[in-house]
Amino acid sequence: MPDIPTDPAIQLRGVYKRFRTPTGSAYTALRNLNISVQPGEFCAVVGPTGCGKSTTLALIAGLEPASAGEVLLMGQPVKGIDARIGYMFQTDAIFPWKNVLQNVAAGPLFRGMSKTEAIERAGDWISRVGLSGFEYYYPHQLSGGMRKRVALAQTLITGPQILLMDEPFSALDVQTRALMEDELLALWASTSASVVFVTHDLEEAIALADRVCVLTAGPATVKGIYTIDLPRPRQVAEIRFAPRFVQLYQEIWGALRDEVMVSYERDKKRTIS
Amino acid sequence: MNAIKNAPSVDSTDLADDEPVWIASTAARRYRIIVTSLRVLLLIVIIGGWELGARIGWIDAFFFGQPTAIVQQIWTWITQGTAQGPLWQQIAVTLEEAVIGFLIGVVLGVVFGVALGRSRLLADILSPYIKVANSIPRIVLGSIFAISLGLGIGSKIALAVVLVFFIVFFNAFQGVREVDRNLIANARILGANSRQLATEIIIPSALSWIIASLHTSFSFALVGAVVGEYLGALKGLGLLISTAQNTFNANGVFAAMVILAAISLTAEAIITALENRLIRWRPNTITDVSI
Ligand SMILES: Nc1ncnc2c1ncn2[C@@H]1O[C@H](COP(=O)(O)OP(=O)(O)OP(=O)(O)O)[C@@H](O)[C@H]1O
Ligand SMILES: [Mg+2]
Repeated sequence: MPDIPTDPAIQLRGVYKRFRTPTGSAYTALRNLNISVQPGEFCAVVGPTGCGKSTTLALIAGLEPASAGEVLLMGQPVKGIDARIGYMFQTDAIFPWKNVLQNVAAGPLFRGMSKTEAIERAGDWISRVGLSGFEYYYPHQLSGGMRKRVALAQTLITGPQILLMDEPFSALDVQTRALMEDELLALWASTSASVVFVTHDLEEAIALADRVCVLTAGPATVKGIYTIDLPRPRQVAEIRFAPRFVQLYQEIWGALRDEVMVSYERDKKRTIS
Repeated sequence: MNAIKNAPSVDSTDLADDEPVWIASTAARRYRIIVTSLRVLLLIVIIGGWELGARIGWIDAFFFGQPTAIVQQIWTWITQGTAQGPLWQQIAVTLEEAVIGFLIGVVLGVVFGVALGRSRLLADILSPYIKVANSIPRIVLGSIFAISLGLGIGSKIALAVVLVFFIVFFNAFQGVREVDRNLIANARILGANSRQLATEIIIPSALSWIIASLHTSFSFALVGAVVGEYLGALKGLGLLISTAQNTFNANGVFAAMVILAAISLTAEAIITALENRLIRWRPNTITDVSI
C-alpha cells in the first residue's frame, strides 16, 4: 500500500510571538519557532523556565494569535478555539463553584450532550482518575493533586484529537505521578490523539514521549529535537533504568543544561542590576 | 473519678486525642457567652441611661424622646392604628416600594454590570457618563420623581431603583473584571458558547461580589422608599415620620425608625441565608473550622 502523505496534526512554521510589557516596550517570547507533531504522536517540550512553553501551547489552542508565522492544525490555519483540542492548564483552571462531578461533566454539557449521559460519562471518568467517592466535593475541599486529576478527567472526557498539557503532574508526589503517567500513556494509546506535553522534568519527557523538543532560553526557538526510540508499551517507573534511557538522558541533558544556564545567568544579572 | 483513673490505657489515649478539640470548643462557647452578655449589658446601659436621663431631666424628652414613650407609641400604633390608617398598611406600602425598587435595581445593575464588564467598547463609551451619574447626589432625584410620577408608589420605587442600581452595578462590573482569565479560557476550550460563558462562569464568579452589594443595597432601597414618601405620599412609614415631625412628636420619629430597623435586619438575615445557599462552594472559614 502506498504511503498517503498526511498533514501533520500540529505545525508551527516560523512563528513569532511578541508581548507588550508593562513598561510599554515589546518582548519577544517566541522567535522563529518551527515544530511539527504527527497524528498520534506524543511530543514532549522542555526548556528553561519562562522561555515560552506555555505561550506555545496558547498559540496552538488558539487562545492567542501569533505575531508572525503560521500555526496549522491538520493542515488548516488556526482561527480561534478549536473543538478538537483539549488543554490542561499549568495553573488550576477547574471551576471552584462546581463540584467534581459538575466540573468533569462541564465539557460534554457545553457541547450539548444530554444531562443524564454527561453525568454518567463523568462518573466513569472520575473513577478512571481514582476520585470515586469525591463526586460532590468542591475544589477547595480537595488536595492539589486531586484537583489536577479533576482537570485531567475534565480535559480527556471530551475525547480531544489534540491534547495540550502544561506541566500536568508537577504537583504530584513521585508514586502518584508514575501512576498517572502510566494511566496517561494507556489512555493515549487507546485514543490515537496527538499530544504536546510541556514539562520541566527531562526524565518525565523521555519516559513518555516519542520525541522531545528542547527549547532555548527565551525568546524560545528550537534547540534540538530528539527521537525517543524506546519500545512501547512502557512502564514509566521501570524504563528509567534502561541503558538506552540513560544514554538519551545524557544526550538531551547536555543541550538543555546550556539553555538553563543561560536563563539562570540572565535572571541573576537582572535581579542584581 | 476512680473509674476514669483506672480506665484502660487505650481509652485514655482516645481521650487525649479529643481533648484539644473539646477545650477549643468550650473556650469558644465561653467567649460567645461573654460577648453576648456584654452586648446586652451595653444595650441596657444605653437605653437605661437614656430613660433615666429623660426622667430626671438631663435629656429633654420633648426633643429627644424617651424609650418607654417610644414603645408606647409603637403600641398605640399597633392597637389603635396611625392617623393614616392601620400600622401594617404603612409597613406594607413601604415594604412593597422598597422590595420592588430593590429587585428592579438589582436586575438592572447586574445586567449592565455584566454587559459593561464583558464589553470593552461599551465600558469605554459609557464609563464617563456613569461616573458623572454616580457623583451627583441621587437622593435629589426624589423631588423630580415626586413631580413627574406623583404621590403614588411609582415615584418611591424609582428613587429606590436609582439608589440600588449604582451599588449593584459597580460591584457586578468589578466582579466580572476579576474573573480569572484562565477559567474563561478553560471554559471556552471545553466548548462553552458566550451564553454558557456568562451564565456558568462569569456570573457565578462575580456572584460573591454581587451578593456582597445586596447587603448594603437593601438598606438603600428602604432609604429610597422612605425619603420618597417623606417628599410626598399618601401612605407609608416615611409619611408617618414626616407627620410626627410636623407635630413635634420625637417619639413618633423614633418609633418609625425602630420599625425600619427591624425591617432592615430581617432583610439582612434573608440575604445572608441566600448568600449561604448560593455560595456554598466558597471556602467558608467559619464553618470549616468547626468539626
Ligand atoms: N500576556 C503576556 N504579556 C506579557 N508577557 C508575557 C505574557 N505571557 C507571557 N509573557 C512572557 O513570555 C515569556 C514566556 O512565558 P511562558 O508562560 O510561555 O513561559 P513558560 O516557558 O511556560 O515558563 P514556565 O516553565 O515557568 O511555566 C515570559 O517571559 C513571560 O513574561
Ligand atoms: Mg508555563
